[in-house]
Order: sequence, then C-alpha cells, then structure tokens
Amino acid sequence: MKTAPPSAPRPGRADPRGSWTTISGRPIAPVYTPADITGLDYDRDLGNPGQFPYTRGIHASGYAGKPWTMRQFAGFGTPEETNARYRQLLAEGGTGLSVAFDLPTLMGRDPDHVLSLGEVGKCGVNVASLADMEALFRGIDLGAVTTSMTINSPAPMIFAMYLVLAERQGADWRMLSGTIQNDILKEFIAQKEYIYPPRPSMRLITDIFSFCAAEVPKWNTISVSGYHIREAGATAAQELAFTLRDGIEYVQYGIDAGLDVDAFAPRISFFFNAHSDFFEEIAKYRAARRIWARVMRDRFKAQNPRSWQLRFHAQTAGVSLTAQQPYNNVVRTALQALAPVLAGGQSLHTNSLDEALALPTAEAATLALRTQQIIACETGVVDVVDPLGGSYFVETLTRDLEGEALAYFDTIDRMGGMVEAIERGYPQKEIAESAYRFQQAVEQHDKVIVGVNEFGGGSDTTIGTLYIDETAGATQLARLEQLKSTRDATLVARSLDRLKETATGSGNTMPALLDAVRAYATVGEMCDALRDVWGEYEEIPVI
Amino acid sequence: MSHKTRVVIAKPGLDGHDRGARVIARALRDAGMEVIYTGLRQTPEQIVAAALQEDADVIGLSILSGAHMHICPRVMTLLAEQGLSDVLVVVGGIIPDVDIPKLQEMGVRGIFLPGTPMQDIVNFIEQHARPRVGAA
Repeated sequence: MKTAPPSAPRPGRADPRGSWTTISGRPIAPVYTPADITGLDYDRDLGNPGQFPYTRGIHASGYAGKPWTMRQFAGFGTPEETNARYRQLLAEGGTGLSVAFDLPTLMGRDPDHVLSLGEVGKCGVNVASLADMEALFRGIDLGAVTTSMTINSPAPMIFAMYLVLAERQGADWRMLSGTIQNDILKEFIAQKEYIYPPRPSMRLITDIFSFCAAEVPKWNTISVSGYHIREAGATAAQELAFTLRDGIEYVQYGIDAGLDVDAFAPRISFFFNAHSDFFEEIAKYRAARRIWARVMRDRFKAQNPRSWQLRFHAQTAGVSLTAQQPYNNVVRTALQALAPVLAGGQSLHTNSLDEALALPTAEAATLALRTQQIIACETGVVDVVDPLGGSYFVETLTRDLEGEALAYFDTIDRMGGMVEAIERGYPQKEIAESAYRFQQAVEQHDKVIVGVNEFGGGSDTTIGTLYIDETAGATQLARLEQLKSTRDATLVARSLDRLKETATGSGNTMPALLDAVRAYATVGEMCDALRDVWGEYEEIPVI
Repeated sequence: MSHKTRVVIAKPGLDGHDRGARVIARALRDAGMEVIYTGLRQTPEQIVAAALQEDADVIGLSILSGAHMHICPRVMTLLAEQGLSDVLVVVGGIIPDVDIPKLQEMGVRGIFLPGTPMQDIVNFIEQHARPRVGAA
C-alpha cells in the first residue's frame, strides 16, 4: 500500500524552483519581464477599455458607469419556498434574480414521472406549469427585475411560461430583461442534462434567437457556459476554448437558419467559472473578450460593435468547495470572486460556505452576498478599470491562453464543428483526462487543498445545513393532480398537437409553446410532445 | 475466469454530473479491477440487472442530487431478491450526516463523502469485496 507523505506544512508544489504550475497544470516562471511581451501591440491586442478588441473591458468607465449585477442563484422545494428566498435576497440588496430549477424540471419531467422519484425540489425549485411560475414570482414585478433562468433543454418551455406570466402582469415583452441559459452544447459536453439529439436541440435555440430578435429584443437569449465545463474537470484553457467554440457554433447555426448576425449576436452572453488560480482566471476572461471580438468581426463579419463585445457572468467554483473545514470556503469564495471583478465581469454569483454539503441555508446565502458587497464597497478594487492590464505576467498568460484556445478551434473546425466534435466525444474525453490528472495531482500532494490533503488538523467543525425533505415532492404532486383536473383538457391536447406539427415542419416552435403554456400544459407534456417527434439523445458511456 | 474484482459503477437518478463516477471508475481500473460503467440515469432495476449480468462483486453508486434515500433502499431490496446480498454496495456523493446510519442499516457498507482520497476507496473495496473463486 502506498503511504501518504507526511502532513507537515509545505508550499504545495513538488519542486518550487523547477515545476511551478497553475491549477490547470500550466508551467509558469518565477518572474515575468518586458521580454515576455515584446510582441504585444497595445492598440491591436489590448486597446483602451471600451475599445476593440475589448481585452481591457467592454465599458470605457468600468464599474463607474454600471456596477456588476449581484445575482445569487437560488431555488429549492416548492415555488412558494423559493419565492420567499427571492424576496429575502432582493430585500438584502441583491440586484437580480437567478432561478435554480430541480432535476425533473431540468430534464423535462413532471413530478409524477417515475424518474422524478425523490428528486422533486431537491436541487432547485420544481416548476411544472404556468401555475408554478405564477407562485414563484408572486409579488415580484417582472417588468422591474432582471431574471436569469438556468434552464437548457426545456428552455423554450420555461421561457414561454415567463413570457406568459409577464404578459398577465401587464409587462411589455419589448422591455423585459434577463437571461435564459439555453446552452445545450455544454450539456452534451459536461453537465449532461440533455433531452433531444444535438441537431433538433440546436433548432430550438435558433428558434429562440429569431423569436426574441422580433419580440423580446432586450432578452439575453443564451448564456454560453464554460462554468459546467470547468466543473467537470476542464483546465482554464479548455474552459475558454470549448465555451467560445460553442459560441461560434451557435452563431454559425443562427446564420445558417437565415438570421442576420447583428440581429441576434448582441444578445449572446457568456458564463465562466471563477476558479482558485487567481491570475490564470483573470487572463482567461481577458483572453475571452479578445478572441470573441476578433471572431465576430473577422470570421462572421458582424458590423455592430455590440456583436463584438463579450459580456459575461461568473460564478465561483463549486468544485473547489470542501466538506471538510467548511468555513475555509468563505475565504476561497471571496478570493475567487475578486478575479472576475478585476477583469470587468458583468454579473457574479458567489457560492455559500455549505454547498459541498447541501443547498445553502438562508444565513449562508446572505454571507455569500455580503462577500460581493464587501468587494464592491470596501476594497477599492472597482475604482480603476482593468487594473492588471499591462502586467507582464497577466498579459503573457492572456496571450498564452488565447493561443491554446485558437489551437483547439483549429482541431474542432477540422472535425467539422462543435456538434460533430461532440458526436465523436472529443471535448468529453479531453475534459475527463484533465479531471483524472487533477485528481492524481491532489492524491500525490502536487496540488494542495487546505483541510483535505494538507492542514487537516484541528477539531471537526460541523455546521447546520438545509435539509430538504419529501414534503415539496408531495405538494407538487398534489398541485399537478389538481391542475390536471381543472384545466381544459381539450385545449391542452390541441395545443400539444399543434406543437408536434410545428416541430415536424420547419416553423418557429415558440408561438406553439406559448399557446401550450397559456392552456396550462406541463413541462413534461410539452417535452414529451417533442420527444415523440425527435427522440432522445443517449450518450455512449466511456471511462 | 479472471480473478479480478468486478465493479459496476452506476449513476442513478436524473443527475448528469458524472465527474466523480468517471474519475473513480478510472482509479479502480488503474488499481487492477474490472470496471463496468453503466452511464447516466440508470434505474435501480437496470443497475441490479447489470450487476447480475456482469457477475459484479461490487456496486458503486454515485449520487449527488439528494435522491439517495429513494434509490438505495430499492437497490438493496432488488439485490436481495436476486440472491445477490453478498455484493458489496458503496455510495459516493453528497450524503447528509443524518442519512449515513440509515444507509448503513439497510446494508450500504461504504459511504464516501466529498474529499475522500481515491486510494481510500480502492483500499476499502479490496478489503471488503467478496473474494473471487480461485483468487489468492
């Protein structure tokens, strides 16, 4: 049996002079000098903040003009329970809502489906129909808040519910603002919450692009997400590369569907991880902006500067949180949150200290929000735009990450695109390889996780956690049964038939979905209608 | 017949977060075991059928979603019905403290929480899996 190395304090890297690496395994030098950035041209590669290629940020004035949105992801149990948490977050100074749905909702299954057993309300809030959506936002003016909804395969159905609710509140669709994640490619790559095969899934997304361009012009139609790719084990460079290449795929499919690039590209937003390796993360966000600006202007010939500007949300790294010594997570989260702030991110979620153990308690969620408020109001880091721009180290890392991402683009382009690469399992295998390599580095103590593989001493701290029992499941089942007995069944059936017809043809699916929602068709029923037409995707399991 | 310990790694429930399941599957394989990974969204019935078909000595369940108190009892009942009570069942994932004794009582032998070294899991399985016929 292998014996573990002694648990004495150590710097955390096997050979401090020879093999410094970032958390992604990237070798780094002890010091950087002007010699490292001799090829860098300020106007071409950086530009002032607000200027192409936006390496230094998309706004000339940074946060002075508009601070980031403090958007805390929340959802659990019944719509009523989550509604109470939203009101709490708004009362405490949160500036946007972010809905976490439970697994049945995310997978397009109603609470009475066999696979929903034990899952209703556990990882997020259960929303099965418009009736649940009404309860979720009771007392909240959809015309006045911005709402982000983390929903992917059933994004069109949930978005349709939000739109119908807004309509009934009297809000103008043209003024509504918010985001649906709607990023199916990263589901195939990383999080695996897919329903339909890739190609019909892409059609649903381009349907939303074109519907929103005409009807809901301020809505962010997609949040192209690296977060889950990173959580699945990708390196920073892989997160950057696969996310932006996914973005390219969506733009290409939009154009192929007959849309003008500038009609939908300005509403594409991004979502990145805020992991623990401070400078590598800052470089990642800066590289992302530079790559996207050039891709949109040069590859897709977009004319509108808003199509060139990469806007992003960030969330601290859930995967870095430890069940051991949970208070350490407060410190980790604060340090991680600093990176996207220093890199000019548009919105941020900070994780709670208890999230390696459970969904957060109300107290833990408040502390996470306070962490952002302390960064914004007390540290002064928000006063200067891109304060690390020009750093020999940060500019070198930015350039190197960009280079690695572009190399991945070449490989994926040669495969025919991201859909084809996914069908071959390419990004999935790359990520699995990185995940295993990192775990080995932790086991060999090449990478230190404080409180886990080093510094494990001291008494065990236990903290109170949120325990979600089965009552939410029972409540939602009863509510669904009641809904089904009171709604107009003929109207529901007719709307679902029309949805199937639309899906079989080539028309936009959104109007049919809106009618189904108005008839109180459930998420499961609408998703099943499309399952009947398109079938379901099944991954070939590989290790 | 191979003397290698045979392990079915399964991901029950609706959750798709398979990083842990895949990393563990690979670690067990690197430790010399035969590993069968079932893939995502397996019902207890499918998992037990896989264990029977693959002549598994061990079933490893990866559950992060909170559905463990529904999934585990069903798996244990089905194993008993199939006469597979000597199959070692281990669970990895996010399991609240209050549920650990309940899982142990129903026969789940190993419960591995976040941060568990891969080597600890390998050791546990080596010590507790049923010996294979002809194995040293």
